[in-house]
Amino acid sequence: MVEPENSTENSIASKLVLEAALLTAGQPLSLDDLLKLFAGRMERPTMRMLLDELKLDWAEKTLDLVTVATGYRFQAKPQYSPFIARLNPERQAKYSRAVMETLAIIAYRQPVTRGDIEQIRGVAVNPNTIRQLVERDWIDVVGQREVPGRPSLYATTKHFLDDLNLRSLSELPPFEEFAQNEMPI
Amino acid sequence: MSLALSDIKIKGETLTELPQDLYIPPEALEVYFETFEGPLDLLLYLIRKHNLDILDIPMSALTKQYMAYVDQGVRDKSKAIKLELAADYLLMSAMLIEIKSRMLLPKPAEMMKEDDPRAELVRRLMEYEAIKLAALELDAMPKVGEEIQVAAAYYQQISEVKPIEVQLDDLLEAWKNVLKRAKLNTHHKIGKSELSVREHMSHILRRLKNEGMIEFSVLFDVLTEGLQKLVVNFLAILELAKEGLIRITQQGAFTPIYLQVNSTE
Repeated sequence: MVEPENSTENSIASKLVLEAALLTAGQPLSLDDLLKLFAGRMERPTMRMLLDELKLDWAEKTLDLVTVATGYRFQAKPQYSPFIARLNPERQAKYSRAVMETLAIIAYRQPVTRGDIEQIRGVAVNPNTIRQLVERDWIDVVGQREVPGRPSLYATTKHFLDDLNLRSLSELPPFEEFAQNEMPI
Repeated sequence: MSLALSDIKIKGETLTELPQDLYIPPEALEVYFETFEGPLDLLLYLIRKHNLDILDIPMSALTKQYMAYVDQGVRDKSKAIKLELAADYLLMSAMLIEIKSRMLLPKPAEMMKEDDPRAELVRRLMEYEAIKLAALELDAMPKVGEEIQVAAAYYQQISEVKPIEVQLDDLLEAWKNVLKRAKLNTHHKIGKSELSVREHMSHILRRLKNEGMIEFSVLFDVLTEGLQKLVVNFLAILELAKEGLIRITQQGAFTPIYLQVNSTE
């Protein structure tokens, strides 16, 4: 197709280029990725505007254009999930409570060491627990605490945010919500 | 809370109301002791189960219950202590007893709230409870691959095919290789026919040795042997004569030619 130029007619063409790229990506595309589509002939504000328009274009259709930590992606609207799920009857096994609690501690208290996690949970951390989360690419080591033994500091990854449909950690439910009583000072 | 009341079954029967007595027989917990995520989880369960005020925990009762459960829970069927499970729970026992005994000490008049021996335990319990609820919340959130399906329309990846660049030197090099290989092949052919002549020379010598004198034409079986073999045979005879290994004789013109081993005797 002809390279779109700057005019109303061609901004529609550009929007369709974005749409095709996002629909075929299968993973989030960042603004930088999307700018490559136009070989540097588009400004960021224009791009953002087109993406907003695209979101509206799809409002009445089957997919949502959402923004997550690493960029933009199309995903099925939630009402279709129960149907689509039937195509994959083999559901992923649920994570154990130990895994989810460890993840919650890392998400809300990061960066933390294994010792920090053990202190909060009151039990030793099973290395398997950490490994499962690392393999899922939900957490990684971001450094070492400068104390004897230089323990690894764990934090959540952007992929974790992507998988939970979040743009940033601040979109997690606030931790205070979970406190059952006023914390004693 | 970790468990709703209706989740608790004692000997197969769902518990419908809280027991009047604070004390639950430890056997009731035995079955799912291992489902507790540790001492904090167990303590929280006991506190919430009995609607105890977490900010004013009756240490004596709690410690007593906790110890009873732990003593049951950390043993396997043969009553041996499961060490890996016991360590964390026993540490908590020690802490509970310490708090309890500190509370028995007479309080100084200027005792502040922060000096409550239970404060640290309460802080930890509350933090753990919040984390537990946060974990449930995270677990319930829709996730990619479970409740979220990412669109991925099929796209045939097409990449531009670049013509491969060829330098003149590459071409020359290739041609040299062809020549080299051709030469190698020719050489092989010569070698093979040479070997063949040598082979026939031996063959003829062996026959002459056994049969003494042989008529020339007998050595050529024109009916069964191909032309190539006949030529090689002839070359072999010439070679034998040249090397003085055989003697070729003829009585007169057009008479049969005879071959025999050239011996000095």
